[in-house]
Amino acid sequence: MTQSTNNKNAHGRLLETVEFRLSSDPKLLKIVRASVAHLCELLGFTPEQRNQTTLAVDEACANIIKYAYDGKTDQPIEITARLHEDRLEVILRDYGKKVDHALLKSRDLDDVRPGGLGVHLIQSTMDSVSYDPAITEGNQLTLAKYRRVNAQDRNA
Amino acid sequence: MLKIATRNREQATIVAISGDVDLYSSPQVRKAIIGLTEKKTPLIMVDLAEVDYMDSSGIATLVEGLQQVGKYKGELKLFGLTAAVREVFELSRLDKVFQIFEDEEAAAGSFAQG
Repeated sequence: MTQSTNNKNAHGRLLETVEFRLSSDPKLLKIVRASVAHLCELLGFTPEQRNQTTLAVDEACANIIKYAYDGKTDQPIEITARLHEDRLEVILRDYGKKVDHALLKSRDLDDVRPGGLGVHLIQSTMDSVSYDPAITEGNQLTLAKYRRVNAQDRNA
Repeated sequence: MLKIATRNREQATIVAISGDVDLYSSPQVRKAIIGLTEKKTPLIMVDLAEVDYMDSSGIATLVEGLQQVGKYKGELKLFGLTAAVREVFELSRLDKVFQIFEDEEAAAGSFAQG
């Protein structure tokens, strides 16, 4: 894991960047969840926001393992977490099979069946979800969750 | 580590799960629940009080169990959901599909009334 500090003066100042690189092994997902939960707490997220963000990142990693890497457990997943003053941005990069994101649309929730829920959970918990179409090898997904505004949280 | 304990209460079989249910551990949950449905266990109660985290693979496993019990007119009920797990059910809009109870007594009572 690496950590760096930047002071980019964009909307919602960038406070920290934390990078992880792990293999596509489901047994490591718990470590990802614990790390993301901690970053959410550093940003002052509510427990609900923390749980939602943790769920979304976990589901995104699970989708990489299942779809981009077809269940292979030794492939790289890179996670970059950018802590902004107003939000947490998480970028997930894989080098697996190109996923047709049109096929990964949120499922019809009236259709009760196993599977197909992950994308729906990501989309319904995060404030923004986007795939980078310019990536030629593998996939890059960017998730963002905004901190609930509370003027007393910071600079108190 | 995920732990699964199974015990009987009158006509029901209670599956108590403890730990995080995710892509890594959900196959263990599936094995336990599908094992019971293959034996056509008529009443299955899943205790989720010690589950702090469940992802879509865990939800999918429970949906599969529900579908399997439906095939032989059995019942599968859930109880003891933590706030985090309940939220995943709500986000999935599956909180209305499952019979969810506050605790074991309420779940067991629902069988008695049914």
